[in-house]
Amino acid sequence: MMAAYASAVLIALGLIFFLAGTLGLLRFPDAHSRLHALTKADNLGLGFIVAGAAVQAGDVWTVLKLLLIWILALIASTTVAQLIARSAAPRNIGGEGGGG
Amino acid sequence: MNIGAVFDLLLCLLILVVAVGAVGGRLLFTNVSLFVVFGLLLALGWVRLDAVDVALAEAAIGAGLTGVLLLGAVARLENTGSGPVRLSPIPALLCLTIAVGIGGAFLRVNDAGPRLEPMVRANLGEAGVDNPVTAVLLNFRSYDTLLEAVVLLIALVGVWSLTRDACWRQTPGIRQHARPDGILANFGRLLAPFGLIVGIYLVWAGSEAPGGAFQGGTVLAAAWLLAVMAGLAMPPTTADTRLRWVLVAGPLLFLLAGIYGMTQGAFLGWPPGMAATLILAIEFGLALSIAATLALLVLGAPRRVS
Repeated sequence: MMAAYASAVLIALGLIFFLAGTLGLLRFPDAHSRLHALTKADNLGLGFIVAGAAVQAGDVWTVLKLLLIWILALIASTTVAQLIARSAAPRNIGGEGGGG
Repeated sequence: MNIGAVFDLLLCLLILVVAVGAVGGRLLFTNVSLFVVFGLLLALGWVRLDAVDVALAEAAIGAGLTGVLLLGAVARLENTGSGPVRLSPIPALLCLTIAVGIGGAFLRVNDAGPRLEPMVRANLGEAGVDNPVTAVLLNFRSYDTLLEAVVLLIALVGVWSLTRDACWRQTPGIRQHARPDGILANFGRLLAPFGLIVGIYLVWAGSEAPGGAFQGGTVLAAAWLLAVMAGLAMPPTTADTRLRWVLVAGPLLFLLAGIYGMTQGAFLGWPPGMAATLILAIEFGLALSIAATLALLVLGAPRRVS
């Protein structure tokens, strides 16, 4: 029962971060600040959700797999954020007046 | 109503909304992005239906690979300067007819008495694999899988046949511009080995758990594409003999096994004692060919001249 409450709290925390990241994606004016909001908040949110799922996991291997998923997602989102930021740099896609 | 049913209902609603957005949007890029979201949500739906095999295939091929292919098509269309999308009535009507037809057929099938699942369960002992989905795909209905693999090959021939004469016998796709010590190159060094392990594992696990040649092959294709885009690997030219053998290896092995089955009784019928070995060999051969074919489909026809 304790584990269920703990994972509910952790996953709820994770969802709050996802919500914040999504709000940032929708509300921020240009590509770079959107990326900033999205990647930072989502990485942390996924971390909380993974922690919440790990609390309920039956064995150590499941916990390690969940951790691995989080680490891979961290690496991928970090890289993609860098690549998008670089490709958006000279043109500032989706900036003010960009219609996005 | 329990919490699971609420979740399923919300998921169905979300899938429908995203599907309408993917078809009805004005900007091609938005449509394709929504199509990828649609694929991922659909994969979640398959997980809810306990069809993890289908979920893996949907996420890898439906959302991932098809999404990348469509994004490539959008990029090329934007270069040719096409305007915003308009819904053309005749294709729309055709799609609607097909959708209604499939929906009607589905509703009828549901009442049509016992389905094939009990037969699959009853004969699983002779299938050579413990995963009923793999048993269907590579034993009971291996005909379909063979034809799917051949269809992929024909698709690649179609893409390659669009090559301009001056570009033929060159490396597929456009020149990649990743810096050798840049972030993409390092990402490729880090992630490509993971992709290799996960891809091979998925093929291997397919005989007793969700996985198989198509899912594993897609992951292998992604790992290879990442290495190519990161500038770590150079794809072979379209004239490379070894590449062509890799492309046909899976279907050829499948066909040869099928002919061997014919000498033992039926085309594509595996003798029970041999089934496990044959299926594993075909799975790995198929995974190799599917990986190469899918990656080359994404890279597209050769477009560099010298």
